[in-house]
Amino acid sequence: MQQFISILKKELADYFFSPIAYIVIVIFLFVTGWLFFSTFFLFNQATMRNFFSLLPVIFSFVMPAITMRLFSEELHQGSYEILVTLPLTHRDIIVGKFAAAVVMTVAMLLPTVAYPVSISFMGDLDWGPVIGGYMGAVLLGGTFSAVGLFASSLTKNQIVAFIVSTLICISITLVNEMLFFFPTQVLDIVQYLSAGFHFRNISKGILDSRDIIYFVSVIFISLYATRLSLAHKK
Amino acid sequence: MIHIENLTKYYRDFCAVDHLNIDIDKGEIVGLLGPNGAGKTTTLKMLTGYFSPTEGDIRIRNISMSEKPLEIKKMIGYLPESSPFYHNMLVYDYLLYVSEIRGIPSDKRFDRLQYLSDLCGLSEIMHKAIGELSKGLNQRVGLAHAMMSDPEILILDEPTQGLDPNQIAEIRNLIKKISRKKTIIFSTHILSEAEATCNRIIIINQGKIVADGKKDEIKEVTGNTTSIHLTLTNANAEDVFKELKTIDGVDNVRVEKQTDESAISVVITYPATIDLRKAVYLKIKSMDWIILSFFQKKQTLESIFRNLTLEPCKEN
Repeated sequence: MQQFISILKKELADYFFSPIAYIVIVIFLFVTGWLFFSTFFLFNQATMRNFFSLLPVIFSFVMPAITMRLFSEELHQGSYEILVTLPLTHRDIIVGKFAAAVVMTVAMLLPTVAYPVSISFMGDLDWGPVIGGYMGAVLLGGTFSAVGLFASSLTKNQIVAFIVSTLICISITLVNEMLFFFPTQVLDIVQYLSAGFHFRNISKGILDSRDIIYFVSVIFISLYATRLSLAHKK
Repeated sequence: MIHIENLTKYYRDFCAVDHLNIDIDKGEIVGLLGPNGAGKTTTLKMLTGYFSPTEGDIRIRNISMSEKPLEIKKMIGYLPESSPFYHNMLVYDYLLYVSEIRGIPSDKRFDRLQYLSDLCGLSEIMHKAIGELSKGLNQRVGLAHAMMSDPEILILDEPTQGLDPNQIAEIRNLIKKISRKKTIIFSTHILSEAEATCNRIIIINQGKIVADGKKDEIKEVTGNTTSIHLTLTNANAEDVFKELKTIDGVDNVRVEKQTDESAISVVITYPATIDLRKAVYLKIKSMDWIILSFFQKKQTLESIFRNLTLEPCKEN
C-alpha cells in the first residue's frame, strides 16, 4: 500500500509541479466552456446535457495527452529500469499511475462545477442528470486513462502513445454514431462496446449496472493489457 | 549466498549469456570483466530481476528469483549503467521517494537521508534537479539510491564509466568504504579498477565464463609468465641464445638484432613462480657482455584479459 501511495504521490507531483497539469486544464476548460456556452443560450433551457454530450470526444483527445507520458517517458529516459528493480510489483506501478491520471481527471472536472452552479441561478436545473453526468465523466475519464496507460506502455515515443490511445478512444466513442455501417445481427454488440452509448445513459441520470460494469471492465482489461505489455519487456 | 545456476539469456536468436554458473559468498567483492557485448550487463540485469532469464535460475539465500522476485529485490541495491533517474526531480525528493518505496519507517527516513548524504557527499546538491547534475554527481546519487535500504547485496553496473580520474578515485573509495559488510558485484571494462577493488574476478566473453578466481589465481591458471627484457652489446646473437638457454627454469629466449647492429635485444620468459634475475645477471657477467638495459615485466591482468577474450572462445 505504501508503495502504491508513493507512486501516486510522485506522479501527481510530476503533474502539478510542472506546467503540464495547468496547460491541460486550461485547454480543457477553454474548449468545453466555449463549445458549451456558444449554443447554450439558443436553447433557452437550464440543462447541462450539451456539456456532457461534448465530453466523450474532448476526453478522447485530452486523456491521451495526460497519460501518454506515464510509461513512455520512463522507457525513454531509462528510469523504467529503476522502477522495476525497486521492490515494487507491476500492480503497484500500474495502479499507482492509473490513480494519478484519475485524480488529474477529477482536478480537471472540478472547475466545471461552476457551470451547473451558475446555470442553477438562471433557471430550474435538474441536479439528477448533472450528478449522474459527473459520475459518468469520472468513469469515462478513468476508462480513457486506462487505455492511455496501455498505449503508453507500448512505446518509448510519447507521440506514438498519444496517437494510438486517441485512435482507440475516439473509435469506442464514435462507433455509436456509425451503427448504420454494421449488419443488424451485430448491432447490439457493437453498441454495447461503445463508450459513447454507455456514457449517454449515465449522463441522463440513469445509473444502470450494465453501464458501470462496462466502464469497470474496460478499465480492468486495459490495465491487465498494460501488465502483459510490461511483462513482455523482460 | 548468491547462487547462479545455468543462467541463459537469448535475445531472439542471439545468445547473450550462455549457461553461467556462479556462486558468490557473503562479503565478496566480485568484479565482472569482459569486452563490450560480453554479457556483463545482461547478467547483472537478470540478477536484479529486470530481465527474466531464458533458462536457469538465480537463488539468493535460497530464495528463487523466479518464485519470489520481490523478496530478492528487497535484498539488492542496484546502480544501473549511466544512472537514468528522473531528470525533473530534486535529489532530495528523489531519495525521499526511494526511501518510501524501500519501506523505511517515516521517523527514520530523515536520519537515513542525512547519513547517505554524508557518505556520498550529496549535501551540496540536495536541492538541485537531477537533470542538472554532472555525470559524477549523478553517479553519487545513484550510489545513495542503491544504498538506501542498507541492502546486503550491491550490484553496480559500470560505476565509474565516464568519470574523470578524481571522480573514479572517489567512487572507488566509496565502494571500499561500504564494502566491509556487503557483497558487491560490479561490472567494468577498466581492468585496473577491478584489480584495485575486487577480491574476486570473473572474466566473461561471449556469454561464457573464461576465468574465475582471485586475482593471483587467475594469473596462475592462465599460464602466467614473467619476462626479462635485455639490451646487450659486445655480444653475438647465437652465443647469447645458447648461453641464456642453459639457465635453469628458462622457458624461452628470443634474440633480435637491433637496427643499429651493434646491440641486440633479448626477451627471456620463465614461470612467474621463480625469479631468474640474479642468474641472468651472473651469466651475463661471466660472459663479458655489456648491459645497456635490464628490466623485468610481470604479466598484467590486462594481457591476461586480452589473451582470454581475443582468442576464439575455448570450450569449457
